[in-house]
Amino acid sequence: MDLTGEVCPMTFVKTKLALEGMAPGQVLRVILDFAEAVESVPRSARNEGHRVLGVVQTEDNQWTVLIRRG
Amino acid sequence: MDKKSSTRQQATPPERPARTFDEDQMQRYSRHIVLPEIGGIGQRSLLDGKVLIVGAGGLGSPLVLYLAAAGVGRLGIVDSDVVELSNLQRQVVHRTADVGRAKAEVAAEAARLLNPDVVAMPYAERLTSANALGVIAGYDVVVDASDNFPTRYLVNDACVLLGKPLVYGAVYRFDGQVSVFAPGQGCYRCLFPRPPEPGMIPSCAEGGVLGALPGVIGTIQAMEVLKILLGKGQTLAGRLLAFDGLSTEFRELSYVRDPDCPVCGDRPSVTEPIDYEAFCGLGAAATGR
Ligand SMILES: [Zn+2]
Repeated sequence: MDLTGEVCPMTFVKTKLALEGMAPGQVLRVILDFAEAVESVPRSARNEGHRVLGVVQTEDNQWTVLIRRG
Repeated sequence: MDKKSSTRQQATPPERPARTFDEDQMQRYSRHIVLPEIGGIGQRSLLDGKVLIVGAGGLGSPLVLYLAAAGVGRLGIVDSDVVELSNLQRQVVHRTADVGRAKAEVAAEAARLLNPDVVAMPYAERLTSANALGVIAGYDVVVDASDNFPTRYLVNDACVLLGKPLVYGAVYRFDGQVSVFAPGQGCYRCLFPRPPEPGMIPSCAEGGVLGALPGVIGTIQAMEVLKILLGKGQTLAGRLLAFDGLSTEFRELSYVRDPDCPVCGDRPSVTEPIDYEAFCGLGAAATGR
């Protein structure tokens, strides 16, 4: 899911809604370019029982976060 | 995410909104959605919720505004009065320019203006034994935001008969009360079995009420409605919360269903809605009774 251009809290709002629509065990790939969200989205996802598989910087100002639905 | 398709399907206002959230809804409800207890699933419960607010006055004002803002999808608003200048000191859903208009209509309009997701249904009529069951049957949760005993007992009895949760609130001078009468866990009559005799209570107009007090109590009622729709937390079922506004103190009284209650007891004497005499002396005189 491409969330470039989105800032907090919409980054997590959209991540959370996408996770709710998935089956447990499925993996969501989120692309972010808002630096704060690179910390906050994984933290919030963990708080809600999901598993953060990894955070990778793909470009100067772009990150990919992989979250497994809990 | 197919946002386009959800905006295209709005030819007829849907009874239930589309299952996905559009961009505006994601923003509007973002502070709900991020809460672990709510999320998109809880917000959907609110949008699917149907709440009847009996009274569009001091208590009804914050209820209408907060429930509409929260995205409760269907709000019924019952009030037979028109807005008077003397209401505006506490009934914050109405404005000076609304004086003379039906309160139910003004409140429904305010709800729609605040949130276009809300279908607001005004009932500019009095709740009576003839219409109470029919009106209430269409809702999930009922709120007593009325200011008179005949309506209070009628709403209580109708909710017990229909098995609907009732969120009760009342204000007087500096004091307020609020509780939730959940089916099987006691009702207003378990606490106050019969209406007081006419003349035993000061009339509404003589009573007086500090302007912000109904805001406190009505807002607690709105909290309880949202928790019931979400199925989260502990409601005030079995607890009567009393607020002393002069000293700013809350007290709590626990209660249980009374097996001898005339309406929710084991052998009820009230088995259908009853109209009680109007008790509010001055109000009754003013309407020519
Ligand atoms: Zn009872």
